[in-house]
Amino acid sequence: MQKVQNNKAWWLVLPVFLLVAFSALIPLMTVVNYSVQDIFGPGQAFYVGTEWFREVLTDERLQDSLIRQFLFSGAVLLIQIPLGIGVALMMPKSGIKGSLCLILLAIPLLIPWNVVGTIWQIFARGDIGLFGWGINQLGIDYNYTGDTVDAWLTVLLMDVWHWTPLVALLCYSGLRAIPEAFYQAAEIDRASKWAVFRYIQLPRLKSVLIIAVLLRFMDSFMIYIEPFVLTGGGPGSSTTFLSQTLTTMAIGQFDLGRAAAFSLIYFLIVLLISWVFFTAITHADKEK
Amino acid sequence: MAEIQLKSLAHSYSEMPEGPEDYAIRQLDHVWHKGGAYALLGPSGCGKSTMLNIISGLVQPSEGDVLFDGKRVNELSPRDRNIAQVFQFPVIYDSMTVFDNLAFPLKNNKVPASKIKARVHEIAEVLEIEDKLYKKAKNLTADEKQKVSMGRGLVREDVSAILFDEPLTVIDPQLKWKLRRKLKQIHEQFDITMVYVTHDQLEASTFADKIAVMYGGQIVQFGTPTELFEQPNHTFVGFFIGSPGMNLIEVQRCPRGVCFGGTVVALEPWQVDVLQRTKSTNIKIGIRPEFVEVSSVASDDTFEAEVLDVEDLGTYKIVTVLLDHEKMKVRQSEEFSAAVGRGVHLSFPKQWLKLYVDEFLVQEQQ
Repeated sequence: MQKVQNNKAWWLVLPVFLLVAFSALIPLMTVVNYSVQDIFGPGQAFYVGTEWFREVLTDERLQDSLIRQFLFSGAVLLIQIPLGIGVALMMPKSGIKGSLCLILLAIPLLIPWNVVGTIWQIFARGDIGLFGWGINQLGIDYNYTGDTVDAWLTVLLMDVWHWTPLVALLCYSGLRAIPEAFYQAAEIDRASKWAVFRYIQLPRLKSVLIIAVLLRFMDSFMIYIEPFVLTGGGPGSSTTFLSQTLTTMAIGQFDLGRAAAFSLIYFLIVLLISWVFFTAITHADKEK
Repeated sequence: MAEIQLKSLAHSYSEMPEGPEDYAIRQLDHVWHKGGAYALLGPSGCGKSTMLNIISGLVQPSEGDVLFDGKRVNELSPRDRNIAQVFQFPVIYDSMTVFDNLAFPLKNNKVPASKIKARVHEIAEVLEIEDKLYKKAKNLTADEKQKVSMGRGLVREDVSAILFDEPLTVIDPQLKWKLRRKLKQIHEQFDITMVYVTHDQLEASTFADKIAVMYGGQIVQFGTPTELFEQPNHTFVGFFIGSPGMNLIEVQRCPRGVCFGGTVVALEPWQVDVLQRTKSTNIKIGIRPEFVEVSSVASDDTFEAEVLDVEDLGTYKIVTVLLDHEKMKVRQSEEFSAAVGRGVHLSFPKQWLKLYVDEFLVQEQQ
């Protein structure tokens, strides 16, 4: 039988193709375009090849900023994921108390980023901020605008306050999805609380934890507004993370070529690490 | 191992029960003896699972006591009652291997590793899942999972009792029969008190020495399969046990017996005696299809009936007859040849004709 050759169906892909083109490919290609040229003004662009990339990769300011960024994201994950799981485990299972907890938890998530920065900027001040003043009253010398460690801790604390609820909410929904029969079986099998957590709750939280880890990694790796408002990247450049460095470069100095090359590297790092996380978690307990 | 006693037990899932219909279990006394193999048989929603969960401690009864070897255990958790339970649908720890699943209850009991290994292999061998021991449990099929689930119930040797809540629901018929035999063997081998909940009479009678039939939150009869068949204590037992169930006919009091329509059925003098003493109007007679006798000739104690339908089941025939506007089922051998529409003559042997007042059997006083 003659097979009918008809490729018109390919036109059906067109809407998706256009959507992806406008939402991702074309903007990205603009950046790629910038990253291989040195642009002085309209009509004055020179092709420079990979020069920007080489320069960016050897730039110490950027390297420092990248290391800081990794430290920050690492700390965020190490604190927020266990804390979020813990909070979710302690929340009431249902009823009015459960709903109340959910509402309380959701409040930080509803606050705009720059407001969060402003809240903490005031809250943590030694003179008029309740938190900063309180710490100082305890006899601990605390000043987030002058001390690197204090600044770091404040930024971390702010992020924990802002985003741990997200992890907790995700985990809470994951925990509620575990059928009662598993807890009953564990009770019958005389499992300890730890064993219930380790063998029932944790494995069944896996899929929400993948989402939580990825979201928290990506968000924290791209953090910009909150530390910018809170510390302005200081003292010195101790809390200047990648986004802020990039913004300064692109908008402050109008160094478009360099900024574009840097953006691409930034993007690839986020992509790579997300992929590593995802594969590591999903392959963690495949059939031996 | 323990003797499990339920004392005036009642349970309601609603917090403010208003009437008997709010109760899943109504005022019930029962003893499961040490080392017995029992079945708890009843239709869906009769309170079987509730009772099982009360015994294991997953559910707190609203009234009454649960006693293990005479000791009240109402407040003890399943953990402290040291009881094993297998659920209707497989519950497996899917991040673990089959071995670790089976070893889990033992590990929680701090059994030494060498002992665990031996015991897990022993149980795996009984359940025929030895070749799967080192596979991840989540990659198993539904019936393998249920075997693992069952294995976890069987693996501890020192349990007070093992409770099965319709454990073979998800398993295909061939294997079902095999696993039931296995359970029976395990019972004979280890001599543990076992209670097996099911709604399948065949399953109940192959597994258990004694069957408790539950209906409407009560145990209406507790006896051997033969007793349930020959002496159904309650109309429900008559109807539920046997295939087809007992023929039950609503009747009125008559001199020397009972009657329905224009038919008079003579009863034994002691049965008539009881009838005269009771005020109830809820009177029924019952006879199993197996015990109705059919002949082609009329005599003094036969009743004329019309054949409505004949079902040939291969090894026997189920004949539906109409006797004075009442449909009855009769079990006949393959030789039965009367055609539909023909008349036949039925007789009810005295020892198999049962009298029920208020749904309960009237028994002869010894």
